[in-house]
Order: sequence, then C-alpha cells, then structure tokens
Amino acid sequence: MKAKALLIDITQCVGCNNCQAACKEANRQPDTVENRLTPTAYTALQEYEGGVYVRRMCQHCKEPTCASVCPVGAFTKTAEGPVLYDESKCIGCRYCIQACPFQVPRYEWSSNNPRVRKCRLCAERVAAGQPTACAEACPTGATKFGDRDELLKEAYERIRNNPTGYVHRVYGVTEVGGTSVLYLSAVPFEKLGFKTQVETTPLPALTANAMEKIPGVVTVGTALLYGIYWITNRREEVARAEGGPAVLRDKLTRGSDDHDGHIGHGK
Amino acid sequence: MKTNPFKFTFWKAVAILTLAAGAAATWLRVTGGLGASTNLTDATPWGLWVAFDILCGVGLAAGGFTMAAIVHIFHIKRFEPMLRPAILTAFLGYLLVIVGLMFDLGRPFSVWHAIIMWNPNSVMFEVAWCVMLYTTVLAMEFAPVVLERFRLFKLVRIMGRVSIVFIILGVLLSTLHQSSLGSLFLIVPGKMYGLWYSAYLPAFFYVSAIAAGCAMVIFESYLSSRAFGRGLEMHLLQEIGRVCVMVLGVYLVMKVVDLASRDMFGLLLLPRKETAFYWAELVVGVIAPMLWLGRAKVRANYHGLFAGAVMVVVGFVFNRLNVATTALERSAGVAYVPKWSELAITMSIVTVGFIAFALAARYLPIFTDEHGHAREEESVVPVAWVEDAGDARRQAPKRGDHGILVAK
Ligand code: SF4
Ligand code: SF4
Ligand code: SF4
Repeated sequence: MKAKALLIDITQCVGCNNCQAACKEANRQPDTVENRLTPTAYTALQEYEGGVYVRRMCQHCKEPTCASVCPVGAFTKTAEGPVLYDESKCIGCRYCIQACPFQVPRYEWSSNNPRVRKCRLCAERVAAGQPTACAEACPTGATKFGDRDELLKEAYERIRNNPTGYVHRVYGVTEVGGTSVLYLSAVPFEKLGFKTQVETTPLPALTANAMEKIPGVVTVGTALLYGIYWITNRREEVARAEGGPAVLRDKLTRGSDDHDGHIGHGK
Repeated sequence: MKTNPFKFTFWKAVAILTLAAGAAATWLRVTGGLGASTNLTDATPWGLWVAFDILCGVGLAAGGFTMAAIVHIFHIKRFEPMLRPAILTAFLGYLLVIVGLMFDLGRPFSVWHAIIMWNPNSVMFEVAWCVMLYTTVLAMEFAPVVLERFRLFKLVRIMGRVSIVFIILGVLLSTLHQSSLGSLFLIVPGKMYGLWYSAYLPAFFYVSAIAAGCAMVIFESYLSSRAFGRGLEMHLLQEIGRVCVMVLGVYLVMKVVDLASRDMFGLLLLPRKETAFYWAELVVGVIAPMLWLGRAKVRANYHGLFAGAVMVVVGFVFNRLNVATTALERSAGVAYVPKWSELAITMSIVTVGFIAFALAARYLPIFTDEHGHAREEESVVPVAWVEDAGDARRQAPKRGDHGILVAK
C-alpha cells in the first residue's frame, strides 16, 4: 500500500476543535476539551495571535526516532505510515519520550502501570481504506488525508497558486528525514512553536553510527586484550621458569616498592 | 575495633533516618506511581534516578574493570591488593543500579522483556544487555572471594582457570557500557545544550569513567582504612593518583578540541545557568584535581589524595547530572528539581551501598594484603603499616596463575 499522510493547512483551520472531538471518540477517550497533548488528547489545538490555530499531533516520522530507541521494540512503523505503540512490550524506560524530536509521546504519570500515549494515525481505519477520524471530521478541509506523494504535490500547488498567502515551505518534507504529517502555514513556522531547527536527516542514524562500532570494538578488543594477556603472562612464566635470579629480582624490586610507599616516614 | 562512640551513633542515626525516608518514598512510588513519587513530566522524562542511580552508579563502578585489566591483562601484579575492593565496588554498584532501575522503570516487572524482545538498534537495548551480562561477569569475578571465605578452594582453583575469559569479557562489556551511556544522548541533538552535546559523548563518558574509577579506588581505600584500621597501600594509591591526573588531562584536551571544532567557545562566557554548571563540573572535577593531584607532594599525603579523589568523584557526578538533566532543561522549557522522595530513594540506595561494602569488607577476604591487626589508635588516625613487608607477604596466601588465591 502507498504511504499515507495528513496535510494540515493552518490557513484553513477555524478552530472548531472537531478533530479533537472525533479523535477522542475514535479512541474512546473522555470527551473533554484539552488544549495540549495529554494521555487523553492525541491531538490538541493551540491558538496563536490573529486567530491562528495549530493542530499538534504525532508527526509519524518516516524513520521514527521513538521506534529506533525503544529497547524492546514497542514501536513499529507500518507500511501505510502510522507509527504504533504496543503497551504489552513496553518496560517504561521513557526513552521514546526523551528522544522524540517533536516532544510528542505522553506518559500516564499518575498510573501504576503507565503507558505511553500518542496519535495512532487511526491505523485500523487507514488499513481499511478510510481516512483518519480527524480528517473526516474536519469541516473546512484544513486536515486532509491521502497518499503522501499526492498531498505533497497538492501542497506545493497551493503555495504556487497563492504565493503571498503561504510561507514557501511545507513542514514535514525534510524534517528528520520526512514525516507523514505535513503542514502549510501563512505565518513563519518558528513563530508557531514548530521546531524548525531539527536535523534534516533521520535521527536514528546518529546512534546507528555509534552502534555500528560495537562488533569492531568487541572483536578487536578481544584480540588485543587476549594478546596483551598472552604476552605478559608468557613473560612471567619465562621469568618463573628461569628460576632463582628472576624471582629474586622480582622480590627485590617489589621490596623496594614497598619501602618507597610507606607513609609516615616523612616522605 | 574501637570507634568513637559519638561518631558511630551519629552515622548510624543518619543511616536509619535515610532508610526510613527511603521506605516512605518507596511506599509512595509503589502506591502512587512515578507521578506521585517524582517531579518528572513529559518535558523532563528522566530525572535523578536515571542521572544518578544509573549513570553515576555505573560510572563509579569503573574501577572494577580498570583494575582487572591492570592486574590480570597487563599483569601489573603490584596492584593486586586494590583489585578485590574495586571488583566489590563494581559488583555492588551494578546490583544497586538494578535496584535503581526497578524504581525508575514505569513497568519494572516487565524488565525481563529486554531478554526476549530485541531491538538491537537501540542504545538502551545495549545498555540493558550490558547491565545483565556485566553483573553476571562481576558475580563470577567476585565468586572466588565468597568461595574462599567458605574454604571451597577446589572451586576457587577451577574458577581461576577460566577467570581470564571473564576478565576479558568484563573489560569489553565495561568499555561498551560506559560509552553507550553516553551514546544514549546522541539521539537528542536538537534538545541538548551546545556545551554538552557532542558526537564524542560516548568517548567522554568512557574516559571520564576511567578517571572516576581511579578516584573511587582511592576513595574506598581511604574510607576502609579509616573504618577498619588497615594500612593504606600508599605507593599504589599514589600511582593511581598519577594515572588519574593523566586520564583527566586526556579528557580536558578532548573537551577543548571538541568545543573548538564545534565552535562553541562563545557559550563558555554567556551569563546563563548552563555556563555556571558547565564550569562547575569542569573546575571541580577536572581542572582542580589535575592541579591538586598533579603535585607529588600532595599525592604523597593520604589526606591530599583523598581530597583529590573526592573532587574527581563530585565532578563526575556533577557531569552526569548535567548531561541527563541540566543540558536538556532549556529545550524542555521547564526546570526539573527532584522531589524529596526521589532524593530519599537515591540516598537510601547509596546508604545500602555503604553498609553492604562495610559488611563485605568485614566478613569476606576483600583486603587480601591486609596487615590488619592494626593498633587501636590506627583505627582513628591511620598511620603507615610499618611491619616487615616481607613478613606480611609470607603470611599472605599463595596466588594461583591468574592471581586468584589458591589453597596453601
Ligand atoms: S513524532 Fe515522535 S512519537 Fe511521532 S513518530 Fe516521530 S519520533 Fe515517534
Ligand atoms: S518507554 Fe516503553 S515504548 Fe518507550 S522506549 Fe521505553 S520501553 Fe519503549
Ligand atoms: S489520526 Fe486518528 S488518532 Fe491521530 S489525531 Fe487524528 S483521529 Fe486522533
């Protein structure tokens, strides 16, 4: 299946909050209005000056950092795009929360068996060929669901057709190597709290570089350590085999060591 | 052994109070979860338990592999008296890291998942395996001490034959582990403050752990000499002090080169919290001990050595706390200050460590070259052991091929 995505056009959002309501219904969460991401709000509207509303949610990175850092593989990236979390694997190390470049995953801090919570890109609906609940509920088309390639084409077209109405950038194209949620905006992204300084290459490469060296360290290290051990051990054995003098020499040098080392002799 | 009775009750009282607070905090953790027992948030998901109990706990155990390598791989046998205390510290250190993990993990009873659910791309996965394997290796390295205590010399001899395998494995695992704790933070380039974020974090963690390991060897020798009235192996400690200075020197050069290559010198003078904290860790833990321990006269004095070791350890702890919390605060947008219960549990873990070390030192043959029938006053102010060194050596049990004690 082709990679899916959401295109969120901030200029078209009227702040009706239908997306959050639909999301909460689809995920069977309490029907309250929340204006920031929480364990019970996978998406939240943030209001900026001049009636600008920005939907926050998981970006569903192409190469998700959360999935690469999780020690037990609780995160998976599906072919259609959703990045999913499996609570039955999670050990609760919270590395995913620490590592996500967009500060998305939330934790159930007050629970005694806490889970990581975040948008699932309505994986079941997407797998069944339906749009996400939030896209379906959006009355203005500010959130649009579709094939990532096509949405990207459309995004650039919107900018071309209205060059003064948009900043000339689609957020999510290059950020950490590309994401499955794309944004269009009339206001510079950095003014809307977007992380515009994130790397343009996937972050997992950063640790992969370090991890790649491990087999080398292990093989070279074993050879080196054993080699040194063999040499020094051999030297000692030879000294021992040579008998008397060597042993005596050893004793003498050791003895002098001891004397040098004494404290309380005014040294 | 006679100790100052006031001091005795004082430290005992401190320990009891700490453990009581720890018990209360444990109750909070068990019943209320991480939310009730910590000040952690989604913006600051890692706190004191990661920064201290895990990063520092592992780092301060570095004396174990450093000493094992020196004695068994490089065959610099004169350091042998330091080996067992170092291995004991490392072993206890790792056991306590596991205790710390059980507090910190959100789902502690799923910790075994890492054994069967693999994500070899994850640094945390590597860390988990290193903790498991290295704790096992340390148990094997430490086993002869316990076996000796129960006079199972045949087993000791068998273990002696394969010990080199464990030693090499231990050195490798430590190398990987110390550096991979640094690698954990490679993934947050956009979040970590420029003074700390570096592609060389793994190397920094590794080198500073060696320095801290050396300092810990001095530290525990000093403390156990005060507690048990045993002599200090001054000539060895001096040498370790010198090695420590050299390692710190390497570390400092690496730091300077790194800041220069990333063009970050400007940050060193910005009037900010981060600047102050960065300088604090560098001055206390690197520059000051280098200048201090760099002088032979200071190293020849055991108080001087101890003071230097304390600086290195404090600076090291400061560094790990900074990397894991301070450096991430600015991007998180909130400051993290540990809750009382976090502190209580951390301090309880440290207290348990001290108690366990003291018990092991008293009841197990840890200090093999102990010339321990020290006079009473030595237990308060240790003076040099002045007995005939040759005589002492004759009393010490003979050593097997790998420096592990065998039956006489
Ligand atoms: S935005 Fe964060 S949580 Fe979502 S896929 Fe990317 S790394 Fe994972
Ligand atoms: S908290 Fe759970 S999902 Fe997140 S990285 Fe740790 S084990 Fe994986
Ligand atoms: S994609 Fe689904 S889970 Fe994600 S915000 Fe939209 S409705 Fe909620």
